[in-house]
Amino acid sequence: MATQDVIARSATTTERPSIREIGEVAKLIDVSKCIGCKACQVACSEWNDLRDEVGTSNGTYDNPIDLTAESWTVMKFAEYENPGSGNLEWLIRKDGCMHCADPGCLKACPAPGAIVKYANGIVDFNQDHCIGCGYCITGCPFDIPRISEKDKKAYKCTLCSDRVSVGLEPACVKTCPTGAIVFGSKDDMKDHAAGRIADLKERGFDQAGLYDPDGVGGTHVMYVLHHADQPSLYNDLPNEPTISPLVGLWKGVTKPLALLGMGAAVLAGFFHYTRVGPIRVEEEDDKAELSEPVVHQVDPSVHVVDPKEPRP
Amino acid sequence: MNNNDIERYNPSQRTNHWIVAILFVLAALSGLALFHPALFGLSGLFGGGTWTRILHPFIGVAMFVFFLWLAIRFAGHNRIEARDRQWLRQINDVVYNREEKLPEVGRYNAGQKVLFWVLILSMLVLLLSGIVIWREYFSSFFGIVSLRWASLLHAIAAFVLIVSIIVHIYAAIWIKGSMGSMLYGTVSRAWARKHHPAWYREITERK
Repeated sequence: MATQDVIARSATTTERPSIREIGEVAKLIDVSKCIGCKACQVACSEWNDLRDEVGTSNGTYDNPIDLTAESWTVMKFAEYENPGSGNLEWLIRKDGCMHCADPGCLKACPAPGAIVKYANGIVDFNQDHCIGCGYCITGCPFDIPRISEKDKKAYKCTLCSDRVSVGLEPACVKTCPTGAIVFGSKDDMKDHAAGRIADLKERGFDQAGLYDPDGVGGTHVMYVLHHADQPSLYNDLPNEPTISPLVGLWKGVTKPLALLGMGAAVLAGFFHYTRVGPIRVEEEDDKAELSEPVVHQVDPSVHVVDPKEPRP
Repeated sequence: MNNNDIERYNPSQRTNHWIVAILFVLAALSGLALFHPALFGLSGLFGGGTWTRILHPFIGVAMFVFFLWLAIRFAGHNRIEARDRQWLRQINDVVYNREEKLPEVGRYNAGQKVLFWVLILSMLVLLLSGIVIWREYFSSFFGIVSLRWASLLHAIAAFVLIVSIIVHIYAAIWIKGSMGSMLYGTVSRAWARKHHPAWYREITERK
C-alpha cells in the first residue's frame, strides 16, 4: 500500500499523513450462517503460504486448538443451552484479529513502524520492523497476536491487506461457501448486518445484533450475533472490550511525564550546584592532624657566608 | 590523596560497585530505548531494536546479581536509626548546606540509607516484573493481567531507579571529596570528620 495510506504507526509521536480521504472497509462475519466447515482456515493458510504443524485434538471441534503464529484464524465452537427455548445451540465463531479503530497492539508496540494502521482501517504487522518483545500481546484486548517460535516475530490476520490493496476481497471471504463472511465498505457491511439482524429477530432471536464494540473505537471485523447481549457465549468474545487501563497507564501520558521527571532531576542537580553550590572540606584541619609537618625545612643548597664570622 | 587518608572502600568493594554501575548504564540505555519512542534511537548502541530486546534482560539479571552482592555487603551499615529520622526532617538544612545543624552522622547519612533501600526495592521489582515480561522464556507461564501489571511496574520501578541514581551521582559531585572513596578508596580525615563524624570517631578509636 502507498505510504500515504499509513495513518497510524507504532512508537511514532508525530502526525501521520492524513489528507487522503479513503473509505473504511470491514469484514462482516454472520455467525448465524456459519456451518463451521473451516474453509476459511484453509483459504487463509493457502493464500498466506502458512503451514502450521499438525497438533493434537483436545476433544472439541476447535482445530487447531487456538490461534498460532501460523494459524491466523480459527473456528471456535461453543455449545449453549438456551434457557428460554430449551434448545441446544451450536455457536461457531471465526476467531482472528478484529482490526480495531483504536488498536491496543499498536499502542503498546515500542518499535517504530512495526505495527501500522491503514486509512481503510486494516491493522497490519510489519515483521521487518518487529523486535519480538511481545508487547502487542500485552496490549491486545482480544488475545490475538502470537510470537513465532521460529523467528520470534509477531503474527496475526492481515485482513489480506495485500489482496484488498488491489481490489480483491480477503481469502476467507472468497472461499466461504454459505456467504457467512462478507466484505466491503464499513457502511455497506453495517447495512447488510441490519438486514440480517431484522431477519434473525423475526426468527425469534430478540437479542440479535451487531458486534462493533465502541470500547476500541469500533472494529473492521464485525460479527452478527444471535445473542448480541451476551458476546461471551461465543467462546469468550469480550463483552465490552477496551484497551486495559493498565496498558493505558503504562503507555499513556505517564511516559512523557516520566521522561520529563528524569530530565527535571538532572536540571535540579545542575541548578542546585550553580545556586547553592558544592560543599568543600577545609583541608587545613587535616594538616594539624598529621604526625609529621607537611612542609619540611630543607637545607638550602646555597649558604650565605659572612667572612667576618669565625669558621666552624 | 595523601598517606594520612582513611580507607572507605576496599578494592573488592570498588570493583563490585563499578560493575553494577556499568551494568546499570547499559540496562538503563537499552531499557529507555523501549521506554519511549523519542529514545528508540538508543537501540542503535546495542545493534538495533531486536538486539536491544535480546540483550536487555540478560544485562538486567547480571546487574541484579552484582547489586545483590553489593547490597549484602553494605546492608549492615544502612539500618535506619532515630537520628536518621531527625536528619530527614531537616532536609532543608541538608539541601542548603547547613550541615552543622544536622544530627551527627555515622558511616552513612539518612539520605544514603534511604537511597540504599529504594535501590533494593526497585531492583527487586525490576527483577520479578522483568521475568514475567521476558517473552522468550517466561511470559507463557503468566496470564494477561499479570503481564500488564508487570509491564507497568517494570516501567515505574525503572523510573524510580534512574531518578535515584541521578540523585546518587549528583550527591557525589556536590559533596567534594566523596568521589575518591569509590575511585581510589580513600577520603581525607577532614572529610570524614565533617560529613561522617560518628564513623570517624569509631574508626580512629578502633586503631
